[in-house]
Amino acid sequence: MSLLGDLALWIALLLGVWGALTGFTGGATGRTDLQQSSRNAVFALCATLLVAVFALEWLLFAHDFNVEYVAAHISSNLPTFYTWSALYSGQQGSMLFWAAVLTAFGSFAMVFTAPRHRVYLPYVSAVVCVVALFFVVTMLFAANPFDRLPYTPADGRGMNPQLQNPGMVFHPPMLYLGYISITIPFAFAVAALMSRRLDVDWLVAIRKWTILSWLFLSIGICLGMWWAYVELGWGGYWAWDPVENASFLPWLVMTAFLHSVMIQEKRGMLKKWNLGLILAAWVLSIFGTFLTRSGVIQSVHSFTQSPVGAYFSWFLFAAIGLLGYLYLTRLPLLKAEATLESLVSRESAFLFNNLFLVGIAVTVLVLTLFPILSELVGDKISPKAPTFNFVNVPLGIALLTLTGIGPLIAWRRASLPNLKRQFAAPVTTGVVAALVILLLGMRQVWPIITIAVAMFVMGTVAQEFARGARARHRQYGEMYPVAFFHLIARNRRRYGGYIVHTGIVMLFVAFAGMAFKVETEASLKPGQSVSLASPYGWTYTFKHLGVSQYDALNRQVTAGTVVVSRNGRTIGTMVPEKRQHVDGLGNPTFEPSTAPAIRSDLREDLYVVLGGVVGGTETAVYRFTINPLVWWVWYGGMIVVFGGVIVMWPSGTVGGTRVAAGYAAKIGATE
Amino acid sequence: MTKTLVVSRRDFCGALAGGLFLVQGTQAPPTHPIAGQEPLPGSGPAGSLADPARAGRPLDPVTAKDNDAAIQAIEKRLSCTCGCGLDIYTCRTTDFSCTFSPGYHRQILSLASGGMTADEIIAEFVKEHGESILMSPPKRGFALFGYFGPWVGVTLAGTGLVWLLRRWSRRAQVVAAATAATASPRREPAPSAEDLALVQRELSRFES
Repeated sequence: MSLLGDLALWIALLLGVWGALTGFTGGATGRTDLQQSSRNAVFALCATLLVAVFALEWLLFAHDFNVEYVAAHISSNLPTFYTWSALYSGQQGSMLFWAAVLTAFGSFAMVFTAPRHRVYLPYVSAVVCVVALFFVVTMLFAANPFDRLPYTPADGRGMNPQLQNPGMVFHPPMLYLGYISITIPFAFAVAALMSRRLDVDWLVAIRKWTILSWLFLSIGICLGMWWAYVELGWGGYWAWDPVENASFLPWLVMTAFLHSVMIQEKRGMLKKWNLGLILAAWVLSIFGTFLTRSGVIQSVHSFTQSPVGAYFSWFLFAAIGLLGYLYLTRLPLLKAEATLESLVSRESAFLFNNLFLVGIAVTVLVLTLFPILSELVGDKISPKAPTFNFVNVPLGIALLTLTGIGPLIAWRRASLPNLKRQFAAPVTTGVVAALVILLLGMRQVWPIITIAVAMFVMGTVAQEFARGARARHRQYGEMYPVAFFHLIARNRRRYGGYIVHTGIVMLFVAFAGMAFKVETEASLKPGQSVSLASPYGWTYTFKHLGVSQYDALNRQVTAGTVVVSRNGRTIGTMVPEKRQHVDGLGNPTFEPSTAPAIRSDLREDLYVVLGGVVGGTETAVYRFTINPLVWWVWYGGMIVVFGGVIVMWPSGTVGGTRVAAGYAAKIGATE
Repeated sequence: MTKTLVVSRRDFCGALAGGLFLVQGTQAPPTHPIAGQEPLPGSGPAGSLADPARAGRPLDPVTAKDNDAAIQAIEKRLSCTCGCGLDIYTCRTTDFSCTFSPGYHRQILSLASGGMTADEIIAEFVKEHGESILMSPPKRGFALFGYFGPWVGVTLAGTGLVWLLRRWSRRAQVVAAATAATASPRREPAPSAEDLALVQRELSRFES
């Protein structure tokens, strides 16, 4: 089966070269036979890479430990669930997954692109083939998942215990889907540049793809946060780790694009900027994969380090050079069709929103690369979470403020009476919220500002929904709940966007909540307890009952049992674990890992980590943490995704489809 | 005669969910008590574990000093050198398997009990490991670029953007004025009430 996989990769190499050559030549010369051949090459490439994926999965499930990848990433007693996910838990497999999914997305683009946008497809297929080709070449010459060992070990090394978590089964593919799907809008952008068709058409063609990428990235980032929280045991969900930052960068740029593209669609402005954002998002997605794969910067994700970094850096340099050339030579074709009429307008608000989104992206990029940059000029400086927070918290709050301001300002020009009318209720909401939390005794500056701004944004969102529903009620006599749903259904982009804003507000409130985290460490003999005061004023008592040990599937478990009471009333039992993973022969595979016990509600999480035992007895060492508002992160993330799905959902009416598809600018320009 | 098997969407989803449940069910971990362990945790006189090695590195009992807020505050200003990127306190209490942070913790306790202040302890660590041990690099030299560069950059870009927007809007006003001046002086007929109602209807439809 490894021979089949290897063969598939070599065929993919040839197909990739052919598809790229025919695509670019067919696009440039207009020869339909070459264009068709390139299109077919994408389908064939996809099929070939799927065969390679099938071969690798087969080898994993067959426990063929003579294959280096299989021996390094699974053991014979690994649960089926994780044997499946071993496909992308290692370097070589994840690259195969990347390439296969990319060509699958490419095939979808070939099939589902509307006839009026097919003019871009030869270049799109060529770009897809080039990117897939890069991954295939890297696999064949630096990280082949089908390489065999000179001997066959009795069992595999097993999967890193941190990856044996349901969150880790879904988080990497979601993130990869986000990274990979950016290649399709990127390919359309390159196609628009090469074909010099830089009107609004290419934007319409990529609209769904950009939202899809953004959605996958959002889901992937949220799942990654959840995995870090429930699996790593440090009690947080975001540590500004380089690999976390790598996923955040394209998300920020895509978010900027999703806002600024509206200006191009409605007013025919910001063509250069939007094109630049799409190119930057793709470069950052490859850069993110490079960071994950190369280990160039020390990270907790260091289980993926390898020599493929050199391949990625060369590819990145070449891509940036070529894209820079294409972009600069096409600048004269990217002239705006309209100019901004007033400083106080929706367009300006979107521009400032872009400034902050891109500003935060650049900040995160610079701070992530700071160890390398600082080494160039002197001593190595490695900024960590406090530095990232110091810089990004004010920028983030400014961005959140703009989230509330943007929808309140009219397109083109806003008058003073209009501004007063629009801002009165949201600003009042924010100010009242700030006063209330001050009266309640909160004194931390950033959380107060965050919550006040969050309430201002919620005031904006509520006002927009209320006005819209009232207008429908007055005009069509609809009941308010019906009017509310019709409002969303008739303009999914606008109101879906507001739902996304609601989710973002929840996330910011949750981040502010972490300022009130409390924790303590204790060693407890059976029967002993420790108390901890929560930020809400309750007293939690954690009583240690004892420690038990048992075998479970592919691990040996040491579990502490803790009874929790709140203000003297028992509310439940928590069982944090220490896990020693073993291979099929019972040999320990990795260092013992922790599995925290978490008890959640909307207000706060109780988070208990079993550190170990004292002197081989049942005296256990624990860390007890109370994390406020953590569930708001997960619910906020779900609402963001829900809003994104609404934005993406196809519009039912012809008029709505046209508006959603961005025909406003085009119609305006031609009529 | 062939009989068509009709499967509703609900039946299909139910069967799929049931199948997934069964697949997961077959993986349910068999929990075997280890021979030699006391039957009820904590009920024996010694309360010893059958295999303490499974619980990771043996730990010392936590003392009041380990939980001292001042000690924790010092540890939260220092980064662990194991590569986790976390501060010493978080690292040593995360999975308790780090071999660096417990040593640093003991060193901090020892320096504190020797009468050193928090700043002196931090300085001692910097002397020993360099400034890379600090969670927040000092605000001087190239680090200033990391701390304040982004704000300066965003402020400059914001100022530039305001300037650009003003320029664009002024230009737009000039163009509008020129267009108005060259436009025919003929007065457009006032829109009728019907026209206004139609426009209003269309606008509200578009807005909603």
